[in-house]
Amino acid sequence: MREWVVPLVLFAGLAAAPFAGFGEGYALTLLARTMILGMAAVGLALLVGGAGLVSLGHAATLGVGAYAVVVLDANGITDATTVLPVAIAAAALFALATGAISLRTSGVHFIMITLAFGQMAFFTASSLAAYGGDDGYTLFSRTEVAGTRLLEDRLAFHYVCLGLLGLTYLFCRAALAARFGRVLRAARENALRVRAVGLDPYPYRLLAYVLAGAIGGLAGVLLANAAEFVAPSYLSWQRSGELLFMVILGGLGSLHGAILGALAYVLLEEWLSHLTEHWRMIFGPLLILSVLFFRGGLAGLLAPRQRR
Amino acid sequence: MTADPLLRIEGLSKRFGGLTVTDEVWLDVLPGEIHAVIGPNGAGKTTLINEVSGVVAPDSGRILFGGLDITRLSMPRRIRAGLARSFQITCVLPGFSVLENVALAAQARDGSSFRFLRPVAKEARLNAAAREALDAVGLADRATMPAGALSHGEKRQLELAIALATRPRLLLLDEPLAGAGPEETERLIALLDRLRSDYAILLVEHDMRAVFALADRISVLVYGRVVATGAPAAIRANPEVRAAYLGEDEA
Repeated sequence: MREWVVPLVLFAGLAAAPFAGFGEGYALTLLARTMILGMAAVGLALLVGGAGLVSLGHAATLGVGAYAVVVLDANGITDATTVLPVAIAAAALFALATGAISLRTSGVHFIMITLAFGQMAFFTASSLAAYGGDDGYTLFSRTEVAGTRLLEDRLAFHYVCLGLLGLTYLFCRAALAARFGRVLRAARENALRVRAVGLDPYPYRLLAYVLAGAIGGLAGVLLANAAEFVAPSYLSWQRSGELLFMVILGGLGSLHGAILGALAYVLLEEWLSHLTEHWRMIFGPLLILSVLFFRGGLAGLLAPRQRR
Repeated sequence: MTADPLLRIEGLSKRFGGLTVTDEVWLDVLPGEIHAVIGPNGAGKTTLINEVSGVVAPDSGRILFGGLDITRLSMPRRIRAGLARSFQITCVLPGFSVLENVALAAQARDGSSFRFLRPVAKEARLNAAAREALDAVGLADRATMPAGALSHGEKRQLELAIALATRPRLLLLDEPLAGAGPEETERLIALLDRLRSDYAILLVEHDMRAVFALADRISVLVYGRVVATGAPAAIRANPEVRAAYLGEDEA
């Protein structure tokens, strides 16, 4: 039971936040953004923490999901029953194609090739003149749920994001604890050992990559809806780096760490940028210190002490 | 030699650059037999195990396992066909518990691993199979320990348990006694002696006492070439072998 305490408190906190001083429009927008990035970070944590695959192109899957919303929006299609499956499938297919190639490599080569695919997606988005090119694209309408404009209500949007984040977290956590996750975790520790018991890690890693991509696509749909605007910067390698940072800041040992990391990252960024315009001068060193001193990440700090 | 061999190595050769590490090796392992491969350092013993288990591909020759040509199969497929190997340098999952190390091997033999919802740690069938293998090697009381915390000899036992849990017909053991202390060596020899009733074993080992105590047949590998194959007594008496390898410490 102990390993459920921190995630439960975290989700309860997010659920109560609108009634605990974070009910303002701006605070809700910020929280929604945090949860959406947290969702993408949970998917990435499945890869990095679970499977030991460090991707530096994860933002591309968000971008593919967001641009799927854009393309459908431009064609007047805004119903969730179409938008969600199409966006998620597009991001999953993108992950399947790029993962099938990237996973032939490992270590630093894997990092570089995922970065390269991410940049390809970025420049592709920049060149989509019909959808605003570099300037981005403003949506005509948010995605409609059952014919209603539910998502335009900030509070409703907050709980939609929270619910989907919760489902994502629960699924990834179950998958990591199941047979599938055991193969991933074992291959992270020693791929030769896994092969020597008769299992080829490749298809398991590829599926993990596709799942993370699909989750990124879902987050992309929500991100597009949160801003009602999509731009190539969503796919930038800096964004991929931020996601990776959230995962590491939160702690590689657990999935809720990724959500903690997203919270800390977005809120710290917000708070510091209010203090001074040179906030990056403080932010950077803080990140370095946190990695140096909190090896287990934020989740490691909050974890119950291990019995020896 | 009337029974069909379980493993048959036919004219296997492998070169690394200009160095011939496996040179026209012919060798077989009969069902229920312990066939030991000995030879000086650099004779190509580990390379031979690597070729049979699928870590490196031979340049020429064939490997038949149970009549099936496995020369081009990937390592996972060879393991599923019933080969299992241990490594000279211990190869366990240090962050996994001892039980989970073995349960992974049981899982590989028990249907699909594309299952996402049920916690695998609670799968009773896998855990039971793992405990059985741990019992067989005498590690049952270490089941909940992290594998990284085991002593060296215990890690060697764990490797055997992992190999057994893949339900093999043939064990490829690459120096299972390497680095074990005197007491651990005794325990491991007794263990290998017990395993012989259920498995054919291809054993690469430096410990001559163990080899001569366990092996039904011995092949001597020198510079990648089999210079002699025979019963332990014949190998011991073979003057060529004595000159090439056994030297003065095995009189």
